[in-house]
Amino acid sequence: MTAVDQTLPIPAKREQSRAWRKMKRNRSALVGLCIVAFFALLAIAAPLLPIPDPIATSWSAIRKAPSAAHWLGTDDLGRDILARMIWGARASLMAGVFSVVIALVIGVPFGLVAGYFGGWVDMVISRVTEALLAMPFLIMAIALAAFLGPSLTNAMIAIGVSATPLFIRLTRGQVLAVKTEDYVEGARAVGLNHFEIMLRYILPNIVAPIIVQATLTVATAIIAEASLSFLGLGQQPPSPSWGSMLNVAKNFLSQAPWMAMWPGAAIFLVVIGFNLLGDGLRDALDPREA
Amino acid sequence: MPVYIGKRLLVAIPTLLIISIFVFSLQKLLPGDPILAMAGEERDPATLEFLRAKYHLNDPIILQYFSWLGGILTGDFGISLRTNQPVLELIGQKLPVTIQLATMAMFFAMVIGIPIGILAAVKKNTWIDYVANIVALTGLSIPNFWLGIMLILLVSVKLGWLPASGYESIFVDPVRSLQTMVMPAFVLGNALAATLMRHTRSAMVGVMSADYIRTARAKGLSPREIILSHSFRNALLPVVTLLALLFGELLAGAVLTEQIFTIPGFGKMTVDAVFNRDYAVVQGIVLCTAVGFILMNLIADVAYVLLNPRLRATI
Repeated sequence: MTAVDQTLPIPAKREQSRAWRKMKRNRSALVGLCIVAFFALLAIAAPLLPIPDPIATSWSAIRKAPSAAHWLGTDDLGRDILARMIWGARASLMAGVFSVVIALVIGVPFGLVAGYFGGWVDMVISRVTEALLAMPFLIMAIALAAFLGPSLTNAMIAIGVSATPLFIRLTRGQVLAVKTEDYVEGARAVGLNHFEIMLRYILPNIVAPIIVQATLTVATAIIAEASLSFLGLGQQPPSPSWGSMLNVAKNFLSQAPWMAMWPGAAIFLVVIGFNLLGDGLRDALDPREA
Repeated sequence: MPVYIGKRLLVAIPTLLIISIFVFSLQKLLPGDPILAMAGEERDPATLEFLRAKYHLNDPIILQYFSWLGGILTGDFGISLRTNQPVLELIGQKLPVTIQLATMAMFFAMVIGIPIGILAAVKKNTWIDYVANIVALTGLSIPNFWLGIMLILLVSVKLGWLPASGYESIFVDPVRSLQTMVMPAFVLGNALAATLMRHTRSAMVGVMSADYIRTARAKGLSPREIILSHSFRNALLPVVTLLALLFGELLAGAVLTEQIFTIPGFGKMTVDAVFNRDYAVVQGIVLCTAVGFILMNLIADVAYVLLNPRLRATI
């Protein structure tokens, strides 16, 4: 172990187990975790479940109310809503997670560089970030999705890019708070290069707030994907997604209200799950509440 | 104060320039030749060359940007391909509808969010606080387009109390206008109410542990007097500035709400422009929203300084 390693503020393992103990005591966070895990399992296991083909139409089963044959009813083309909901969970969760991954992959390095180097690099990155933050998230995502063309992949890119400035700002702020710590000075003193210092000594110590923000942003991204799909800019028919199911359902409100109920309820549940989990993680990872 | 506002406006210039670069770059994301998209069925080479020259597409990209920016600065945001109207004129027509919707949504958000936030803070850690927290979390998690659909189903389809869609100007028929706007405004204001509730609660909790509140209690003032005359006035400061910031967010939220309730405002125009491939309108919308957002930020900053006597003295 080098002298620099000994200056690390709190051993990461102890920190993690303390955070996990706090999480386990937080009932609402556990509820959030269970909801997210349930939908994630559904999404992963969709191909294995004994459910009808989500895109198979049936002219004899158009807009049937919930029954033993179709637990959540059927849609305007006779497709089983439960099957479409389960496959739709894939699109929604995938969009939520991948958009945030895109935002993290772009945002965190830029934030690290801006905060660590300061000077003109920071000035340029910060001005661009401020400008991007001046555009409302959804308007920016809609504009990007419109110009890129409607598809789930483009919706994910649009949402990811729109969420990026949030992570640049957060990472930069965290780096500014950490970079004057003794262990960073120590790392510099033993001659480590900038890249190593950022990756080994700064990033591990700012990762907690980034995880919290990422979890909460997944919730925002799921709503954004559903919004884009609702507007016809996300998942394209006949593939199911909760947003596109609602888009069709709004035309049959009086004839088949069940078409609108379930997809919206699923979005609501999964978003509340991520919000509860994010709030719980924030409490668990906040050193002030140790 | 004018010097302060002037300084803040100067700071906004680089931000606006960067936004203009982003908005200009959007059209470069379009796959294929934009002139072919613009010309539609018309593929006559002479027409295509005329359009290319008209929009400076043969120039280097830097020159294209500056000629586009020059147009923007003189109020020329381009022409809508769909309606042949100048983009700025089109936005000017639709914006008042959305401003009415956003103002009513803001009213709902304040009427719901602020009192519940105060109550939650005063009754901190009681069941009232927990219920308020659940209400706020629900408000933040519910997709507003689903809430809109469910309200149409219940209030319009089942109960027949309010119209499910449509719009009437408040200057033509105020009663009908309010009837058509109540549901959309509630839907749009819902998430905002949750945000306001959380901020009001946290600001009130902070203020109520301050020394001057303890002094007010020691003087024998009633809890009602303490809340209304001392705590609330001071807690209101961050909430008022937040309101200005959230007004910008409402413009974005209006996109979905107007789509569901078929309100012919700024939001519906955005969606229509996207589907009609009316890219000049989409660019104009993004630019105007960003300018509106920056202006709201400026108003929030100025309001914060005006309302805070300590900051006012430093300017």
